[in-house]
Amino acid sequence: MDISTDNVLRLRRGFRFQWEPAQQCHVLLYPEGMVKLNESAGAILGEVDGKRSVKDIVAALEQTFPEAGALANDVCQFLEHACNQHWLEVS
Amino acid sequence: MMSPNPAKKHNAHLNVGPPLWLLAELTYRCPLQCPYCSNPLDFAQTEKELTTDEWIRVLRQGREMGAAQLGFSGGEPLVRTDLEELIGEARSLGYYTNLITSGLGLTEAKVNAFAQAGLDHIQVSFQASDPELNNAIAGSRKAFDQKLKMATAIKQAGYPMVLNFVIHRHNIHQMKDIMALCKGLDADFVELATCQYYGWALENREGLMPSKAQLVKAEHEVNDYRAELEASGSAMKLIFVTPDYYEERPKACMNGWGSLFLTVAPDGTALPCHSARLLPIDFPNVKDTALKSVWYDSPGFNHYRGDAWMPEPCRSCDEKGKDFGGCRCQAYLLTGSADNADPVCSKSSYHDRILAARKSADHSAIGIADLVYRNSDNSRLFFKS
Repeated sequence: MDISTDNVLRLRRGFRFQWEPAQQCHVLLYPEGMVKLNESAGAILGEVDGKRSVKDIVAALEQTFPEAGALANDVCQFLEHACNQHWLEVS
Repeated sequence: MMSPNPAKKHNAHLNVGPPLWLLAELTYRCPLQCPYCSNPLDFAQTEKELTTDEWIRVLRQGREMGAAQLGFSGGEPLVRTDLEELIGEARSLGYYTNLITSGLGLTEAKVNAFAQAGLDHIQVSFQASDPELNNAIAGSRKAFDQKLKMATAIKQAGYPMVLNFVIHRHNIHQMKDIMALCKGLDADFVELATCQYYGWALENREGLMPSKAQLVKAEHEVNDYRAELEASGSAMKLIFVTPDYYEERPKACMNGWGSLFLTVAPDGTALPCHSARLLPIDFPNVKDTALKSVWYDSPGFNHYRGDAWMPEPCRSCDEKGKDFGGCRCQAYLLTGSADNADPVCSKSSYHDRILAARKSADHSAIGIADLVYRNSDNSRLFFKS
């Protein structure tokens, strides 16, 4: 699916995002499974709150990581991937 | 005094990560009698279960070590009256908590109380897509209706739901109906798990193993249904676990011995998988050994870590890092030595035993009523002297 920057996304029911000290990374937990997230995936999913639009999330990340430059493409690409995996849904 | 531990010394160079998955087998008690149960044949010998406090200690130690996924299973975990308390404790520790149940003994009130306590997910097992066959295999007349009711209640309470079907020669023809039933119940994940032959299922292998023709047909049906689901944008995910008996290379069992999974049996015995109890290896008990020591230091858990233990044909095999020589339990059950290559591998000199089982599956005339059912009476037959 394609997502628009006006979409508001939230974690699918039963999916949990949390920091794991033992693995020193963020993970996504779901029924009988776990995805280890790299730093950027963790930073992006950490912003998904079911309230702010994709546009707002991009702006927030660009503010947090000014040295990274424009992030819209990378963020949208990852969020689309996350939606296609059914980790996220449009709220 | 402690004896020197060659396995530990031997494996000192191995980089052993934390157990990310903790399976708490709370009890072997179960109202059902499925003839492919993964519990040991002599389960009725284990009467003494860990107390609530002992389980809580295990949960804390596991979480400290880094375990993130926690399964409550059994037997039927619902027969433990402290389940709600254990769920609450586990959730507050930060586990993702999975309840793996037959649905028998579950009520709408419990579904809601467990949600309050923080339960993340419920997996319900079914035996077939219709009441008659389901109840015959489960050995319970009321099982199917109860499962339907509880699956509905689980979704109503907002949980994600996994439905699990153990697939064998007597229900594999229902594949399409099974998937449609799951869709109707709004399952999030569906596990179509072809029987694996340990314990009770090995006793019943000839009466359970699907033929190659049955399997090929089912695989087509699953692939077609999966394509339909994807085209319709459905989030329901089908996981079809095909039987290793029709493979030429073994499965990477448990992702490697003592690499991710830690099972604690009802009496506190700690195991690298829920079948490993049948191996002639001493496993530690969480009642007298801290979980950290169980995982990193015990001879049982170090026994098959790494690859220095491997004889031929595994030792010189360029795929040993991929499948770890397959399953130790299967090697033990089918060849008499757990060190051997899993005979599923065509390089194993015992592979003919797998071929013979395939041949039997083409001609088996064993009916549902002829299977050995998993109950205490039958279990006692396996440890009577």
